[in-house]
Amino acid sequence: MTFNHKHIIGIKDLTAEELTFILDTSISFKEINRRDIKKVPTLRGKTIINLFFEASTRTRTSFEIAGKRLSADTINISASGSSVVKGETLEDTAKNIQAMNPDAIVMRHHASGASDYLAKRLDCAVINAGDGMHEHPSQALLDAFTIREHKGKIEGLTVAIIGDITHSRVVRSNIYCLTKLGAKVRVAGPGTMLPPGIDKLGCEAYTNIDDAIKGSDVVMMLRIQRERQGAPLIPSVREYSRFFGLTHQRLKLAKENVIVMHPGPINRGVELPTSIADGPQNVILDQVENGVAVRMALLYLACGGEKLQD
Amino acid sequence: MKVLVKSGRVVDPANNLDEKLDILIIDGKIVELAPNIDAGDAEVINAAGNIVTPGLIDMHVHLREPGQEYKEDIISGTKAAAAGGVTSVCCMPNTKPVIDNLPIAQFIMNKAKFEGSANVFPVAAISQGQKGEILSEMGELLEGGCVGFSDDGLPVKNGEMMRRALEYASTFGAPVMVHAEEMSLVADGSMNEGYVATELGLKGIPNVAEDCMTARDIMIAELTGGHLHICHVSTKGSLDLIRQAKARGVNVTCEVTPHHFSLTEEAVRGYNTNAKMNPPLRSQEDLEAVHAALADGTVDAIATDHAPHHIDDKNVEFELAANGIVGLETLLPLTLKLVADKVISLSKAISLLTYRPSEILRIDRGTLSVGAIADITIINPNKEWEVTEESLHSKSKNSYFIGYTLKGCALKTLLAGEVVFSRE
Repeated sequence: MTFNHKHIIGIKDLTAEELTFILDTSISFKEINRRDIKKVPTLRGKTIINLFFEASTRTRTSFEIAGKRLSADTINISASGSSVVKGETLEDTAKNIQAMNPDAIVMRHHASGASDYLAKRLDCAVINAGDGMHEHPSQALLDAFTIREHKGKIEGLTVAIIGDITHSRVVRSNIYCLTKLGAKVRVAGPGTMLPPGIDKLGCEAYTNIDDAIKGSDVVMMLRIQRERQGAPLIPSVREYSRFFGLTHQRLKLAKENVIVMHPGPINRGVELPTSIADGPQNVILDQVENGVAVRMALLYLACGGEKLQD
Repeated sequence: MKVLVKSGRVVDPANNLDEKLDILIIDGKIVELAPNIDAGDAEVINAAGNIVTPGLIDMHVHLREPGQEYKEDIISGTKAAAAGGVTSVCCMPNTKPVIDNLPIAQFIMNKAKFEGSANVFPVAAISQGQKGEILSEMGELLEGGCVGFSDDGLPVKNGEMMRRALEYASTFGAPVMVHAEEMSLVADGSMNEGYVATELGLKGIPNVAEDCMTARDIMIAELTGGHLHICHVSTKGSLDLIRQAKARGVNVTCEVTPHHFSLTEEAVRGYNTNAKMNPPLRSQEDLEAVHAALADGTVDAIATDHAPHHIDDKNVEFELAANGIVGLETLLPLTLKLVADKVISLSKAISLLTYRPSEILRIDRGTLSVGAIADITIINPNKEWEVTEESLHSKSKNSYFIGYTLKGCALKTLLAGEVVFSRE
């Protein structure tokens, strides 16, 4: 099939066929990542800019490595070190970067819709590396890749996602991605962290996490942002952990071969105890590894890379 | 000077009039309405095939002057009004400096009088500096020509302050016009709370933010007997509260905007910053409730909340974008669409744009009675036109309806008998 999207803004815009195509494309990239010489010339001569308006270690590094392993020139720009602090608008920042003729801009931004905004104004490809509470497509794709790798399929599985659903772009992208690929998605969290109408995105919503975990093939825990403590959302991290953290006992409610995922960074002892974070069910570092492969696939597709050599 | 408006369908709800008549104007006043007036040497304006109404009144407009002339000023804003068929506007007090003292109000009225294309009736601030602490000098402001009081987008938070404002304003018989919103429930929301906000990842503003403040202010109006006017009502809950209050005899009136009766939260999709308003565009259920309230008389006026914003204030990330759209020039076609859709009758629509607001504001406009000032709008109800940036007279082009083809427009607008706008 041909992949006809110039920009990758959200999973919502992609079909099941396209998602599967990206996952399939990622397989060969994963193989490259395990070689001794981890570099192919696919995107030689291409320039990719990582434009990050929000702190990020994992995603930015992952995109950077992905670009470099494809031989693209990758440049990182972080908001704190740029003209943004001088009051430049997003459009001006982006247009200045575009004037240097990059092939793709990978953007992380705190405002929902920021990638969409950029894509409407720029000629180069825009890849969304997370916009506000909206979408984080590469995360959903690496999650789907990891699930498929471990379970052999996605269709028919039940995936429980637990945590701050309201503020999570990972959740929205995962709901779209997994349901399009045939899985059943459950989301769970305290009432203050379940946004209205979330079920209309195609999932089931729970306030009791035991109910969400029961019979699940995959349990995905989200990081609870410590700065939300004391705000009206939760009384304390301690109480959150008690009612919404994963425990061995709760995990027993899931299917026997359950896998535990987390988009990182983990708050050990809050949403996930160390014994589970490091336990046999965890696939958290697989997610990180697969992230590079999936992002190589996205960059390859976005930059219109010629047929992969070798 | 004599002007004869000939052969138009004259719709003047205040006088229960809807028939083909001529209107004779001498020296800016209406002197006769009758079929086939022979006025000899009068300048004749042929209105055959068109609708002739009292000049429209928009009781909620932001003219931005003084202070934000890069968005709009009194000249451009009143030009937009005239082009929209509006002859009288109430300008809101959130200027810089705030309209909380007579000299500022006088500056605006004088500039409008000598350079403007519409009557401007200032709404002054309830509290000095819109700070919600000390009442403005309401008596003097009213005496000088202001018509009501509002702290506009900065709702009076303190309950006692609102009580005293209603009590004090009632001394002079003036309305207190409120933007009913409990800001702590708005939090940092940027669109209506609901499925669309969840999908777009935007923080929502629940209906209850509006409803609970509407409830409080109605109760204070009930306590004090003061005239409470609730601006741009957007929710079903608030309309229910207003309907019940009216049934109890509370002195409450309200207005709705064309954008709230024409659009829903779905318009925000694509992060369209011209669909960002405060109060936000609501759900389909709320839109239907606005229609029902228009039909059953709960709503007293249609007002635009004309909110000009420079492109730089809108061409940004959605959550950073300024609230509001320009509305003066799309008021008429959007209201006529309600008539075409059989939500309300033409006569009802015109009453909501003319004598009903004039009653709320206690101004001598809004009718075509003999002896009245000849503010007149001649409407072509059938002309289809495309809204473009170039077609708008407002300095700002932040209309959601750019690119839309709308039906109906002002053909000619007369201010005290003088043509201030004419469309080819």
